[in-house]
Amino acid sequence: MSKEKTQQTVQTTGHAWDGDLQEFNNPLPSWWLWAFYATVIFAVVYWVLYPTWPVGKSYTKGVGNDVTYTTTDGKEVTTHWNTRSLLLKDLADARAEQAKYIEQLKTSSYNEIAKDEEKSAFAYSMAKVLFADNCAACHQAGGNGVIGPYPNLLDDAWLWGGSYEQIEETIKNGRGGNMPSFKAQLSATQIDDVAEYVLSLSGHEVDTAKAAQGQTVFSANCAVCHGQDAKGQVFMGSANLTDSIWTISNVPAATTLEAKKATITSLITNGKSRQMPAWKDRLSETEIKILTFYVHELGGGQ
Amino acid sequence: MNEMDQQAYQSRIPIFPRSVKGRFRNLKTAILVLAYGVYFLLPWLRWERATGSDQAVLFDLVGRRFYLFDLVVYAQDIFWLAGLLVIFALLLFFVTGLAGRVWCGYFCFQTLWTDVFMFIERIVQGDRNARMKLSKSPWNGNRVVRMGVTWMLWLLVALFTGLSFTLYWGNAPDLFLQMLTAQAPFAAYATTLFLTATTFVMAGLAREQVCTYMCPYARFQGVMFDKDTLIIAYDDERGERQQGRHKPSKGLLEREARIQQEVGDCIDCGYCVQVCPVGIDIRNGLQYQCISCALCIDACDTIMDSIDYPRGLIRYSSEHALHHEKASRLNLKNLGYAAALLLTIAALFWSVVTRSDVELNVQQIRQPLSVQLSDGRIQNRYEIKVNNKTSSSMRYRLSMEGLNQAELDMGHFAEIEVPPERSITIQVKVRQDPEYASMTRQEFVFVLTPLGETNLQSVKHPSMFFNPAKNLK
Repeated sequence: MSKEKTQQTVQTTGHAWDGDLQEFNNPLPSWWLWAFYATVIFAVVYWVLYPTWPVGKSYTKGVGNDVTYTTTDGKEVTTHWNTRSLLLKDLADARAEQAKYIEQLKTSSYNEIAKDEEKSAFAYSMAKVLFADNCAACHQAGGNGVIGPYPNLLDDAWLWGGSYEQIEETIKNGRGGNMPSFKAQLSATQIDDVAEYVLSLSGHEVDTAKAAQGQTVFSANCAVCHGQDAKGQVFMGSANLTDSIWTISNVPAATTLEAKKATITSLITNGKSRQMPAWKDRLSETEIKILTFYVHELGGGQ
Repeated sequence: MNEMDQQAYQSRIPIFPRSVKGRFRNLKTAILVLAYGVYFLLPWLRWERATGSDQAVLFDLVGRRFYLFDLVVYAQDIFWLAGLLVIFALLLFFVTGLAGRVWCGYFCFQTLWTDVFMFIERIVQGDRNARMKLSKSPWNGNRVVRMGVTWMLWLLVALFTGLSFTLYWGNAPDLFLQMLTAQAPFAAYATTLFLTATTFVMAGLAREQVCTYMCPYARFQGVMFDKDTLIIAYDDERGERQQGRHKPSKGLLEREARIQQEVGDCIDCGYCVQVCPVGIDIRNGLQYQCISCALCIDACDTIMDSIDYPRGLIRYSSEHALHHEKASRLNLKNLGYAAALLLTIAALFWSVVTRSDVELNVQQIRQPLSVQLSDGRIQNRYEIKVNNKTSSSMRYRLSMEGLNQAELDMGHFAEIEVPPERSITIQVKVRQDPEYASMTRQEFVFVLTPLGETNLQSVKHPSMFFNPAKNLK
């Protein structure tokens, strides 16, 4: 373009690189200066409104920004602005919001919860947290338990019954399960025979002669608790020995018949005592209800 | 340092753009009216829907859905926003490469609102000369009243701008009443006030400084320009000739006389400079401040018409065209942008029209993967999430495909019923006898079939069944 208008000579920083490369020293636009002043004013206003300056061992608390929240035990607390209190306030608000749904569950029967998609979805997600906090230490996060000490809650076997009422009772008052030691009453051969018989009940191929002898021993000693049909009895929590589920002896993990038998003989010889603690003093009625629903759901219930 | 006397901060040189009439001014006014009509009235437009809001365009943040006429966008569709932004970016690149700063000159909010603020200024204070005079006059009654009225009107427009923006985020009639009766949420007032303030400052006070200092687009547009890009240019050759521009003094009135004496067609009236909203002289060539508003074309055309010279001394042209070189607008770069743009639009369009009103999500519960039941069968559990995007309550049946001899247990639910625009999560159990397991990890699909009178298609979701039978037996 012709006739380039000569602009005002621009000031440079005075350095020159590579002979002719120079740096402009243009003035900043004044709006920028005003923006800078605005940030200064902002800072001063902030000093007044929020905790800012250390004063001796204390600090300025800020004006007009108090946070009021309700603690878990219902106390109202008012304090100067701080993010911890804001979090507590958020939590209190969330608890209040949640309380509405919990109230709904409180007044619904188990069947009402189970048949309502929304109620059951809420109960399920709430129970997941309760379960992780209270039950998962023994029964594991997924509810699969540990063969031996802690029963698996996912399968369809219920030692103490799988109805809502029975599960609720189990959680509320706890259960004590006891498989006595037969070391004193039975000889080693007798114990071996019984183990042979017990394995035959769940469809394992065993020595039929030995198993027949074992059956006599079983009727005399074991049937009192496990029943003549060996299907267990819910009122005392004795196990069903005819299905594929093992809660104390880890039969499925053993590969040979001998090894399978060994885990059973060991149990008959030494016995096993298990304890489910009572939760009625630690959890609220509704919490127990929600957990009952969840555990029932896990195993498919009865 | 002797620069100490140099000012560290440069104050703005005030610009008093003069009004102009012409085809580009008319076009700009038409776009302005249309844009304002849409922006201010859209929140009030009602739209019939079976459920949800009856507002045509509503961004419901609390309900996590955006209503756009017949389209309801849910939170999980938010990736469409990414598609939209990519489209906007490509459109900007394409249009800029082709026709320069069309966005800046005709459509940008800054340009539109500045235009309206200048219009108010002109109504209250008069045109360029009157405003310049007023700005130099002492603060007497006249100046105070005129400036006061201008600022009041600016503030009113700014307030309506902020208010209208807020109305897009809530049910407009309710929110408007709440705002009047001081019952609206804090966020509504804060948004309105913030936008009122920014509109006032940006369109009233900062004006062209927004474009020259704050807007990044103004600075990176140069990358997108080439020598075929449409620019608003002063025809140097015709305007200057050998002897340069000259006032139409005696003997230089007729164009023939000027051509004979090698004097340019530009009569140096300065109208093009006076109308410029960013205060540049277009005759100095392409400058980064130029927002391509085309008002200088209108100004020059007006003058050319009045002295009976041909129009187009300032016109839309390109570097190549100005230098009589061959111009090819359809170069590889522009075609590339066009292709990418069309592709992205097609992809977004496809994604929107093929959206399903029913969504199925399956998550296998992995802790543990499987459990053995008393009858020896293996059980896996799944968390099924069904999202009903239709505006009516829907029933669905869940089934499985590809899992040999397996049983599906949905607990108490034979069918899944989902209220309108809600989602439901249920737990299901799948059982299979190890006898029938083909391998430890078996792939299969869940099929969700809508029931009742509906034209919805069933949807599938792949999943996996874990059967550790080989280890267990």
